[in-house]
Amino acid sequence: MKLSYYPGCSLEGTALDYDRSVRDVCRALDIDLLEIPDWNCCGASSAHMTDHEIGMRLPIRNLLLAAEIGCDILVPCAACYQRLKAADKALRTDPGFWDVARFSGDFQIVHISSFLARPEILAAIEARVIRNLADLPIACYYGCLSLRNPRVTDAPRWEMPTTLESIVAAIGARPVAWSHRTECCSGSLTMARPDISEKLVGDIVRAAKRAGATAMVTDCPMCQANVESRQPAVEGVGDMPVFFVTELIEAAMSGTYPSKQQRAHLVPPGVLTGIFSASTMKKEGPA
Amino acid sequence: MDNTCISPDERSEKFLRKLKDRNIDVQACYQCGRCSSGCPVGDFFDINVMEAVRLAAYGQEEKLLNSHTIWLCAACETCATRCPNEIEIAGLMDVLRELALRRGIAPAEPRIPLFHQAMLGSIRSWGRAWEIGMIGNYKIRSGDLMGDMRLGLSMFMKGKLKLLPHSIKAKSEVKEIFAGKGKEYDR
Ligand code: SF4
Ligand code: SF4
Repeated sequence: MKLSYYPGCSLEGTALDYDRSVRDVCRALDIDLLEIPDWNCCGASSAHMTDHEIGMRLPIRNLLLAAEIGCDILVPCAACYQRLKAADKALRTDPGFWDVARFSGDFQIVHISSFLARPEILAAIEARVIRNLADLPIACYYGCLSLRNPRVTDAPRWEMPTTLESIVAAIGARPVAWSHRTECCSGSLTMARPDISEKLVGDIVRAAKRAGATAMVTDCPMCQANVESRQPAVEGVGDMPVFFVTELIEAAMSGTYPSKQQRAHLVPPGVLTGIFSASTMKKEGPA
Repeated sequence: MDNTCISPDERSEKFLRKLKDRNIDVQACYQCGRCSSGCPVGDFFDINVMEAVRLAAYGQEEKLLNSHTIWLCAACETCATRCPNEIEIAGLMDVLRELALRRGIAPAEPRIPLFHQAMLGSIRSWGRAWEIGMIGNYKIRSGDLMGDMRLGLSMFMKGKLKLLPHSIKAKSEVKEIFAGKGKEYDR
C-alpha cells in the first residue's frame, strides 16, 4: 500500500519521536509513505486564528502538491489534519475562489488513528505483536482537532471516538473509561498563558488518574507536549507519561522499547519500561 | 459583562455583512447556552461564548474586539460542534481576531497575538515553523524572557528543538501568500 505522507512541523521538531515511530510502524506493515515533496507548514492554529486567507492558502498549497501524487494522505498531526480537511472542503466547493482552475483529486485525507484502526490494519498489527502491553491501564486521549468540528473533520464519532481504544486493546493494553477524552489541552495558549494550560492539563490528568490509568496515549503532538510539559507545575500530578499511539505499537511489534524513545519523554515513561524489562510478558510471535 | 447597555446606533453593518459572507449565522442563536457550558477556557473569559454570539448578532463589534475572550479562545471548536443551530462560533472568533489586528486595536491579551505573529513570521521566512526562532522572537517581543526557561532547556537537551531552520525550496510561493494573495478583493 502507498500513501502520501504529510508530517507537519511538529513532527520535525518537538514531536520528532512521533515521526520516527509513524515511519517505523508503517515500514513494518509494508506501507510505503511518500513524503509530499517540499511541503510547507499548514499554518497550525495561528494562521487561521488571525488571517483567514493565509490560513487557507497554506494548506491548499500542500493539497495541490499531494494531488500530483494522487494517493490518500496520511496525517499524524491532529492540527494539520483539521487544516488540510478545511482546505480540501473549500477547494472542492469553490476552487476558483482560491485561484485553482480545477480540483478533482479523488484522494482522501486520513488521520493516523482512524487509519490504524481499520479492521485489516488492526489485524496486521495484532498478528505482529511479539510482546503485549500486559493489561496496562491507559487513558486514550484525543483532544480536539482530529474530531472537531465534525463538519470539517468528517469524524464519525466526535463525542465518543473509539479508534485509540481499539488500537491499544489490540496490543494488549487496557483502555480505561474516563471523562476527558476529547477535552482541550489549551493548544497554542500554552506559550502566552501557561496558567490556563496548567489548569486544563491538571483537570485532564486528574481525570485519567481517577479512572485508574497509569499512562495516557494520544495521536496529537500538541496534546502530548502540553500534557507532559505542564504537569510539573500542577499539584498532585506530574507522573503521567503520554505516549504516541505509534510509539506503543512499535514497542509491541518489536518487543523492545528503545532508550532513544524513552529519553524523548519529559515525564519518565517508567510504566512502559517496566513492562519491557519484565521477562514474563513474552507472548508467542506470529506463526 | 458589566456593561450590557447597547444601542442600535452602535451596530456595525459591515461586520454583520462579513459574518454573512463567511456563513456564520449568529442570528440563529436562541441562547441555549450549550456553547458556553462546554468551553474549556470559559472560566477565563470576560464575555462568555453565548454572550459573544448575541453581541455579534447585535453587531456590537467594538465590545467584542476589545474583549479578552477573542484572544483566550483556544479554537478547540467545542462550541461550534455542540451548537444545535450549527453556528460557526469558532469561525466567529477567527473573524474577530483578524478584524482586531487589521484595525490595530490594542489587544486585551497582548502576548497572545505576539505569539501568533512570531509563529507566522517563522512560516513566512522558512515555509515551515522553526520553534527556536519562533520562541526567541516571541520572548523578545513579549518581554517574557524567563518564562519556561527550564522547559525550553530540557526540550533542547532531548533534541526536540532544532538548532537550524528547515527552509522549503518554493519560498517565493509562501511569500506570495503572506503578501496578501486573495486580499486584492478585500475579503
Ligand atoms: S449553542 Fe448555539 S444556539 Fe446555543 S447559545 Fe450557543 S450559539 Fe446560541
Ligand atoms: S472554540 Fe473558543 S469559544 Fe469555542 S469552546 Fe473552544 S475555546 Fe471556547
